[in-house]
Amino acid sequence: MCACEAGLPVEFPVIFTVNNVFVGQKSNGASPYRVRSFFTAMVFYGFLGFSYDFRWSVLWTPPHGSWLIDGLFMTLRLSAMSWIIAVLLGILFGALRTVPFRPLRILSTAYVEFFRNVPLLVWLFFWYFGAPEVLPASIRQWLIRHGMEFSCAVAGISIYHGARISEVIRAGIQSIPKTQLEAGLSTGLSVTQTYRLIIIPIALRLIVPPITNESLNLLKNTSLAMTIGVGELTFATRQIETYTAKAFEAFTAGTLIYLALCLGIAYVMNRVERKFAIPGLIVRAGRAEH
Amino acid sequence: MDWAVITSNAKFLLLQGLVGIGRFGGGTLALAIPAILLGFVVGIILGLSRLAQRPWIHYPAATYIELIRGIPLVMVIFWFWFIVPLILRRPVPEYWIALTAFVMFEGAYIGEIVRGGIQSVPRGQVDAATATGLNYRQMMWNIILPQAIRNIIPSLVTQFIVLFKDTSLASIIGMMDLTKAAQTVTARELRPFEMYLFIAVVYWVFTYSMSRFSQWLEVRMSPEKAPAS
Repeated sequence: MCACEAGLPVEFPVIFTVNNVFVGQKSNGASPYRVRSFFTAMVFYGFLGFSYDFRWSVLWTPPHGSWLIDGLFMTLRLSAMSWIIAVLLGILFGALRTVPFRPLRILSTAYVEFFRNVPLLVWLFFWYFGAPEVLPASIRQWLIRHGMEFSCAVAGISIYHGARISEVIRAGIQSIPKTQLEAGLSTGLSVTQTYRLIIIPIALRLIVPPITNESLNLLKNTSLAMTIGVGELTFATRQIETYTAKAFEAFTAGTLIYLALCLGIAYVMNRVERKFAIPGLIVRAGRAEH
Repeated sequence: MDWAVITSNAKFLLLQGLVGIGRFGGGTLALAIPAILLGFVVGIILGLSRLAQRPWIHYPAATYIELIRGIPLVMVIFWFWFIVPLILRRPVPEYWIALTAFVMFEGAYIGEIVRGGIQSVPRGQVDAATATGLNYRQMMWNIILPQAIRNIIPSLVTQFIVLFKDTSLASIIGMMDLTKAAQTVTARELRPFEMYLFIAVVYWVFTYSMSRFSQWLEVRMSPEKAPAS
């Protein structure tokens, strides 16, 4: 089969080699495209000395197309669920790190420093392979029946990113000068009113850029869930590559989908940030550290 | 719980997995240290290119940085795993593929940090350097870059910590690092809980000391900033 069936030039500029395990067939014979791209082909052969048989149709021939769509939805589902839990954990521990009660501060600092300083991949292996070992057998059975990969991935990603988000939130809270609170109180507002009307609205706007940054990190990091068998986008990409030996096409599809997601979210959040920007306030909350 | 599995395999985990001494090659530190140094070099080149006046230098650098920053590291590693053997037309050891991928990936992030550092140097420095008759290279090398790099050392150390943690992803393409060593031992000993907790602590010792070092640097380099309470 050749890609001309899909109306695409097979012999299109040829960057990658044929005599490689990745590439199944070399198209021989007189295809009209051969003549058309002769010059480009010569250029690439001349410079790099190899060609690659493009077959983009592998991306939409069944069942590969539905793998990609399923993978995309799994990535979105995994990101959304982990994001919600991570933000809740982040708010909780970020706030706890600023309370004037030492044991709580130590507890939350320990959580943050331990979880964000270990690679996410190690945490995923720990939650998927390690942690169920010490659970009671009944809970383990329940987990296995209800899709252990997904819940372990959510646990790993949200606990790791919760620690990182709590750093962002702590920096946001601490970047608001104490004078704001004092000014609010001196105008006759109560403490709750000052928080509701002044502190929280400012803090929320300050942390929009670093939270966006962190959310994009989370989205990209869901790709690690493929290592414990969650069928998300990178997993689907790899699967197509394995089944068709068309690595270039498969990786391009995955790359473009991730790019579209990340650039789209960044664009929307940039608009949001501008819409809600406080005039004259250029101070920004510190970015999340690693 | 059976922690004997750690002590009996500690030599393999730490020597082979962490340092990279052994017949499997690889090694987390053996990957991380060259990747940090080379990534820094690539980052400076990318950062300067992005600030270049000439569009044919500026746009490729900007596109490359945005492209790399928009996709997951796993994807970047797969790309290099596919492309490097194709270009060299022979099988390449996983270590070299991983090193290339990390250098090119971190280079994009460090490039953005370097750009921020250069932009943080006051414009007057450029004017002053130009007025004294320095050319572009002398100005960058002697005046701008030293100040820029001093400003960004804390963010650079932070990025190096990220890189150190990211090296665990080299295990996905089969390079023998600390994570892969732990997987290998787990496959034989069936003690995942102890094993992964142990390597978590090993990673933590390195990253946490690096982050304390970065905080110390930050305080030391800006005396006007009081130590964070």
